[in-house]
Amino acid sequence: MGILVVAEHDNATLKGATLNTIAAAKAIGGDIDVLVAGQGCQAAADAAAKAEGVAKVILVDDAAYAQQLGEQMGDLVAELGKGYSHILAAATTTGKDFLPRTAALLDVNMISEIVKVESADTFARPIYAGNAIATVQSNDSIKVITVRATGFDPVSAEGGSASIENGSAVADKGVSSFVGEELAKSDRPELTAADVIISGGRGMQNGDNFEMLYKLADKIGAGVGASRAAVDAGFVPNDMQVGQTGKIVAPNLYVAVGISGAIQHLAGMKDSKVIVAINKDEEAPIFQVADYGLVADLFEAIPELDSKL
Amino acid sequence: MKVLVAVKRVIDYNVKVRVKADNSDVDLTNVKMAMNPFCEIAVEEAVRLKEKGVATEIVVVSIGPKVAQEQIRTALALGADRGILIETDEKLESLSVAKALKAVVDKEQPQLVILGKQSIDNDNNQTGQMLGALTGMPQGTFASEVAVDGDKVNVTREIDGGLRTVGLTLPAIVTTDLRLNEPRYASLPNIMKAKRKPLEVVSPADLGVEIKSTQTLVKVEPPAERSAGIKVGSVDELVEKLKTEAKVL
Repeated sequence: MGILVVAEHDNATLKGATLNTIAAAKAIGGDIDVLVAGQGCQAAADAAAKAEGVAKVILVDDAAYAQQLGEQMGDLVAELGKGYSHILAAATTTGKDFLPRTAALLDVNMISEIVKVESADTFARPIYAGNAIATVQSNDSIKVITVRATGFDPVSAEGGSASIENGSAVADKGVSSFVGEELAKSDRPELTAADVIISGGRGMQNGDNFEMLYKLADKIGAGVGASRAAVDAGFVPNDMQVGQTGKIVAPNLYVAVGISGAIQHLAGMKDSKVIVAINKDEEAPIFQVADYGLVADLFEAIPELDSKL
Repeated sequence: MKVLVAVKRVIDYNVKVRVKADNSDVDLTNVKMAMNPFCEIAVEEAVRLKEKGVATEIVVVSIGPKVAQEQIRTALALGADRGILIETDEKLESLSVAKALKAVVDKEQPQLVILGKQSIDNDNNQTGQMLGALTGMPQGTFASEVAVDGDKVNVTREIDGGLRTVGLTLPAIVTTDLRLNEPRYASLPNIMKAKRKPLEVVSPADLGVEIKSTQTLVKVEPPAERSAGIKVGSVDELVEKLKTEAKVL
């Protein structure tokens, strides 16, 4: 039995979510191969070869995978994945985009966003925005799975010495192309990898007021997130959204500022180790999940917190 | 250009979800049902394309029990032209749904297929992409902007790092994210008009599709409860607790 893990990377670096995905593969058990498909992605393949528990890295370095478009990735992973018992990818917007295509091409169903491995064919995953946890058994010949990173502690990025083997690209059907990208430029830690996250909600009132959170975050090395309400209101861009349909995070410390605590937001952060809520409405549902609640006007509390850290 | 929109009947998003006492599934007895919110966004996008003169006909399709006709009628009231219900009481998994939708695509030959990116019950986020693979169509998933230009469509996608735009050759698939548009409400006259719009009911067998299940739901449990902690009286006390008690600062 062999497991193929599709690496999450940006050609230059291997993304942390890959290490969580490898951890899920280890929990299933079997030889773990990692596919690094991209263009000029040798560095990412080298990093994957060093990860704990990897038997072999398959490097497919080709212009067709430069942006890892869903059509090309779906075809490639279906072709390379045929001989494996399991195919795993991180439940990122890249993995969610291409892996269902792979499953359909292999004529199997897929299991999305698992948070726990019960056995080689049985997995737990949240449904109904995290309001229930379903345990699902698959009798498909190949188990095609996305892995929610917060459900698995990452394997070590060092210590492995897997071989790297070159794989070949499959034909590009030429029906999709990359047009452009607007990526958030920030020196702050990525939300899914941050140790501490400070998130703002509708209570921030506007985008300018997020400066307070950025300033505080930079002081303590935190990432900055937002609730859907703040993103929908246009205060901040979509990549900052924490919640069921945004990013799922589980930092050591999550500080919710001016966030009421809608169920879909809680679904994205309730696995955080310590949750702090600052809200002037003492009835806000966020206090029901917070370890430390401070009922206060955030416009007074945040500057004060900033001055005292 | 013909646009096909797939819609799903799900629990209303305002309803508090409860797990059955025997842990066999979520309890849907006497629960209010509605169109999946992401599907509403898909219908709205199609209607806007028609209002712009880009789309000429909107066909809405759903798969499920007879009562799913309600959600098709809702889509018709919002501006879709006709509906198709693939009626079945079988348990549906994404691959079967995608195969049934492929059969409809083969018959209807739409230039654009719009679906919600996921349904709020199973949260799978699979069907659109599977349909893409089965039909060979390219896909713009998690769309926040759709711009049709001749025989191409540019789709701006919400991705983890920000926004990405892909160019797709039609026919193509779009799956909707939250910020693509804000769906309208159906007016009373349009709800009345929708009752007279055509709604065809077919069976999976009529389409030559076999509904197959490959997954067993072993159990469904409520998530681990997180209990409320304490209220602190001041910023000083908060900093103190975080440093000495929680040791996270």
